[in-house]
Amino acid sequence: MRYVVAKDCPEAVALLNANNGARLLAGGTDLLVQLKQGAAKPNILIDIKKIDGFGNIAAEEGGFRIGATVSGAEIGAHIALKAAWPGVVEAVELIGSTQVQGRATMVGNLCNGSPAADSVPAMLAAGAVARVEGPGGARDVPVADLLKGPGRTALGSAELVSSVLLPKRGARAGDAYLRFIPRTEMDIAVASAGVNLELDAGGVVVAARVALGAVAPTAILVPEAAAALVGSRLEASALDACATACEAASNPIDDKRGTAEFRTRIAGVMATRAAKTAYTRAGGSL
Amino acid sequence: MSKIHVNATVNGDAVEFLCEPDEVLLDVLRDRLNLTGAKEGCGTGDCGACSVTLNGRLVASCLVLGAEVEGSAIETVEGIGTADALHPLQRHLLDHAALQCGICTPGIIVAAKALLAENPDPSEEEVRFWLAGNLCRCTGYDKIIRAVLSAAAEMRGDSA
Repeated sequence: MRYVVAKDCPEAVALLNANNGARLLAGGTDLLVQLKQGAAKPNILIDIKKIDGFGNIAAEEGGFRIGATVSGAEIGAHIALKAAWPGVVEAVELIGSTQVQGRATMVGNLCNGSPAADSVPAMLAAGAVARVEGPGGARDVPVADLLKGPGRTALGSAELVSSVLLPKRGARAGDAYLRFIPRTEMDIAVASAGVNLELDAGGVVVAARVALGAVAPTAILVPEAAAALVGSRLEASALDACATACEAASNPIDDKRGTAEFRTRIAGVMATRAAKTAYTRAGGSL
Repeated sequence: MSKIHVNATVNGDAVEFLCEPDEVLLDVLRDRLNLTGAKEGCGTGDCGACSVTLNGRLVASCLVLGAEVEGSAIETVEGIGTADALHPLQRHLLDHAALQCGICTPGIIVAAKALLAENPDPSEEEVRFWLAGNLCRCTGYDKIIRAVLSAAAEMRGDSA
């Protein structure tokens, strides 16, 4: 295996294009474990941390563009980003320990393709858009369209995600992310939910996005759950309809972390609780 | 396979070493630079025994490649205190009997020092949360947490 530091994005794309079996190295908290366990056997590691701009969080058109190699610790320390997208930031900050936060990246969490990735439901709820760079140039792809299955994304073999844009949000808007794990911290989600709400002046939900993690082969958007919240002030009937829609959309597996039945039930619970937090953050009172 | 030539600083000293492309920083520190303070517990970033700081950021050195640290500043437990002049964290860990086998201790010291650099007056909950990635199978953690809190108080100059 070779180790190469890419100087710029075109070089990284060219190296991907020229090498079947190349892997990109950003935070490395998933990849180095796979290397050690023999689960990944790349012929070349392309370190993208030295590429100009990949390490930046930049304000853009009222939103924030988060570079591919920005660590969780850097995201958590960004006050304006946290104020605008508290749900995305709290999701990123749930990934691993302090030590892992020092390295792990949000874009890596996306590209690793885990159905239980904490930041992905929050990005789906936020309507995040990935900037994909490839041999044909750059294209912008909604994060929702990149998810294909456990460990799989829609990226081509010579494509990479250089950044993710969290869009401008309205004045009365808020998001939240919640997950269930059997212990207090540092575990993988059994089921999780990200919710993003926008309210009118009277506290009525005018726009909603609800996403679930760990209950399907990828994180999923649940438009029916979002529709159940629109027009409400999160009255019990709206929350019940939202939970029912989440349960209906869930298609989880049984594993050591939880049964399919439990995951299905808890997905709705997480979504309704996250909705309440998002509602409060948007300025609504329950 | 050709080795990679790397320049960095460790505890303020310039170092250079050759490493394999897949060789992690933990192995570089222990096997090439003879700094055996950082320990390998799990090798997969779960236990924190290999904690060091990389350009001021707390990391697990088993999840960093040696090749990645070109031009970086690394701090290890060997740079914290001396046998004659222990760091307050080290002294309070001893005073509280906050270690038994000691394998986790270097990582705890490095991690706690990084916490106090960022937050000199942490709550008990903040200490527990920050150190959640440092596993200890001996102490049950309470003594470690108390030692860190009392070291922090001393370092702030509070009379405790």
